[in-house]
Amino acid sequence: MADIHLPPTLMPLFAGLPRRLDLDAPTVDDAIGQLDAQWPGLRDRLCDPSGGDIRQHIHVYVDRERAGLDTPLEPRSRVQVIAAISGG
Amino acid sequence: MSRTLLLVGTRKGLFMLESDADRKSWSMRGAYCEGWPVYHAVFDQDSGAIYAAAASEWHGSSIWRSADLGETWTQSSEGLAYEDGRKMSKVSSLSAAHGRVLVGVEAPGIFESRDDGATWSPYSMLAGEPGSEEWDDPSNQPPGHLGISAITADEKDPAHVWAIVQGVSLFETTDDGKTWTPRNRGLRSDWPREHEEVGFCVHKFVRSRTDERRMYQQNHVGMHRSDDAGASWTEITEGLPTEFGFAAAAHPHDRDTFHVIPLDPGHGRTMPDGRAAVWRTKDAGSSWERLANGLPQENAHLGVLRHGMTGDTYDTPGYYFGTSTGQVYASADDGERWSEIASYLPAISSVEVAIVD
Repeated sequence: MADIHLPPTLMPLFAGLPRRLDLDAPTVDDAIGQLDAQWPGLRDRLCDPSGGDIRQHIHVYVDRERAGLDTPLEPRSRVQVIAAISGG
Repeated sequence: MSRTLLLVGTRKGLFMLESDADRKSWSMRGAYCEGWPVYHAVFDQDSGAIYAAAASEWHGSSIWRSADLGETWTQSSEGLAYEDGRKMSKVSSLSAAHGRVLVGVEAPGIFESRDDGATWSPYSMLAGEPGSEEWDDPSNQPPGHLGISAITADEKDPAHVWAIVQGVSLFETTDDGKTWTPRNRGLRSDWPREHEEVGFCVHKFVRSRTDERRMYQQNHVGMHRSDDAGASWTEITEGLPTEFGFAAAAHPHDRDTFHVIPLDPGHGRTMPDGRAAVWRTKDAGSSWERLANGLPQENAHLGVLRHGMTGDTYDTPGYYFGTSTGQVYASADDGERWSEIASYLPAISSVEVAIVD
């Protein structure tokens, strides 16, 4: 099971969404898909619905390496979804 | 007694100011929408719901909805995306009427929801209209481009809608978005235009509530009036301190009375000479008077954006405007006297008013 960590800005948008959870997913894309199935609309908050890519100011790291949607996940991968440190 | 609600969209969420019909004392609550930048918020008179168009730098654009005057909120952007890959940078303008919500977005296009904001589908992209072949080109877009900067739904006819494409044109449809007609004849433009019918910078479009043929608009270059439902426009700038501004509001009971906030036209785009004022005509633009009682008259470099001013519909109408420096000013006597009813909000994008029984 991959260890998924989500940004705190998502919690107020989706009732019951935890800050971290375990998912059995082969890729980042599949993990986001599983989250969207349980909390409809969550994919659109992380990915641009026009092209499907991860949003510009959302960064995903798998085992401390910058990741994309097709990055594979290992059973014990640590996935960190970060709202970029930007803005004011 | 009626409740008077102001919906104040800001750079850091939506705030609500509430008073009674006297509009003398106000209470404030918020921030709502989790502090997302709110470009426009409206009250749906039919359903009693509030809708807010917000665009987070992190999480993208979504439409927030409250069915209980702000107590609880939901948000959805399901279907709010271009199928051709065009990017949507923000949701800019809202209109709620006839059981439908319309949202204008950037890149320019209009989406609709007929299920209380749960899902969205394309309404019209104004494809093929003059200017549309170029308006996605970043080099043709003004800073902070809003795309569809305003939508006005006809109160009687659901198929009749007005929309502004920022920097391009005011458009009208009478067949529910299937076809559009540019409505810019007689407008001034001080730049070369590739199309005869479009290339005008319409900042604000306001219809009279008492005469559907009477319209006003604050343009990038001048105030204008139409007496024929937008078929032609006449400039009425003379008597105002500048030709530039964004915000405007029409009197709810008198077709000849109209309020506007002139701004310096350069980079500053604040009230001239640091002296705050609203300007009013009572004769359809033949003459203007400066209203400043209660407004700061020294070092007050206030800006007001295109959705930043509104008026209510009481017998003696009230007017409200919010500034780019976070103040909200209100007048309960047709603009004669003004008071500051909020002082320290984030930069204000929009102010709309609702009267709730």
